[in-house]
Amino acid sequence: MLYTNLKHVESGAQLEKIISENENVMVICGRMGPMCIPVYGIAEELEDTYKNVQFFDMEFDNPEAVVIRRLPEVRGFMGIPFTIYYKNGKVVKATSSIQSKQQITTILDTEFGASAK
Amino acid sequence: MNEVKKYDVIVVGGGPAGLTAGIYLSRARLKTVILNEGTIGGQMILTHEIANYPGVESINGFQLANIMKKQAKSFGCDLISNINIASMDIESDTKTITLTDGQTFSSDAVILTPGGRPRTLGVPGEGKFKGRGISYCATCDGDFFTDKEIIVVGGGNSALEEAVSLTKYATKVTIVHQFDNFQAFEHAIEEATNHPKINFIMESTIAAFYGEENLEHVDILNLKTNAITPFKTDGVFIFIGYVANTESLKGIVTLNEWGEIVVNSDLETNLPGVFAAGDCIAKRYRQVTTSVGEGTIAALAASNYLHLKKQTNK
Repeated sequence: MLYTNLKHVESGAQLEKIISENENVMVICGRMGPMCIPVYGIAEELEDTYKNVQFFDMEFDNPEAVVIRRLPEVRGFMGIPFTIYYKNGKVVKATSSIQSKQQITTILDTEFGASAK
Repeated sequence: MNEVKKYDVIVVGGGPAGLTAGIYLSRARLKTVILNEGTIGGQMILTHEIANYPGVESINGFQLANIMKKQAKSFGCDLISNINIASMDIESDTKTITLTDGQTFSSDAVILTPGGRPRTLGVPGEGKFKGRGISYCATCDGDFFTDKEIIVVGGGNSALEEAVSLTKYATKVTIVHQFDNFQAFEHAIEEATNHPKINFIMESTIAAFYGEENLEHVDILNLKTNAITPFKTDGVFIFIGYVANTESLKGIVTLNEWGEIVVNSDLETNLPGVFAAGDCIAKRYRQVTTSVGEGTIAALAASNYLHLKKQTNK
């Protein structure tokens, strides 16, 4: 279980629904570990600023997380969290391991446009 | 120009020391803000289980941090996280801190609790292969290295214990350590040295990381002979201790040779009205409980400083 204040994705079907109904989605797939927790924390902070982005987390060890673990964009990733950015249902960016707030906001601004804030 | 936000005390850092200081100061009706460059909770949030925090049988570090955060907020403490400090004037009577987003805060006292972070090797390729072969967390990433050969860098308790734990996944673990002996407890040394899957390369370090998409090999530098040997590996785990987050304080407050803030028993720095607590100060033991104790002392000392200052100005 992920003890974060983010909305949780529990299943592949739920993820499919989320990315089909929302233009901009960020999903952090990880565990309650040192590389993941800072990324959840940053996402929680950014929820208020980036109103046009839906932020979620998903437990890496949930068998349903195969929908993220098997994405071609994460091939070669060897560090959690896998953070996936979806635009109109398609993966536009994926990162591995811990990221800084600046790295994340750069991706949000680049991938989700200048109107993000 | 942005309006300056006036507080009685600014706490720089939101780990257990900073949060405790925030709780004590706010409860004493001192207007307090915690400015935190990362996620609130510091190193505490990275601990899976805290079983030795008195009064709490066992708790996840993230949950304990959330409780402390709520407690500080409930007393009126302001918390601002994931910020970047652009400039700091804490030498003057009135302390001023400006963030990169232009917000400026002023106060009569400051408590420095910036904490620490895992030390990195700082060699070519380390940034490129983070998450693609280089890791700083065995619990997080160990299973990506199932049936692979890996290196663990370091010679302290963390390095040796994590090396043993990584043998659950890896076929071979090579420990690379800069000295000819380990800085760990005897039981940890014994367990690692007796493990059939663990090998050692002593008096050496990694000089560079190489690969295409993922890490493929490293250069191992022998610190005695300066010889460099290429070494094929699937992954490298780095456990070489912690470093205090005090780079921006250099030349402002007195630091020791390891970059830790020098304080007296009341946790006063060399600057009047500036206190320090937690993992950033010069001390031997670093625990959540020691940080909480220091946060308390720093808050009480800062309260006393403000009280005396008020008396003097009457």
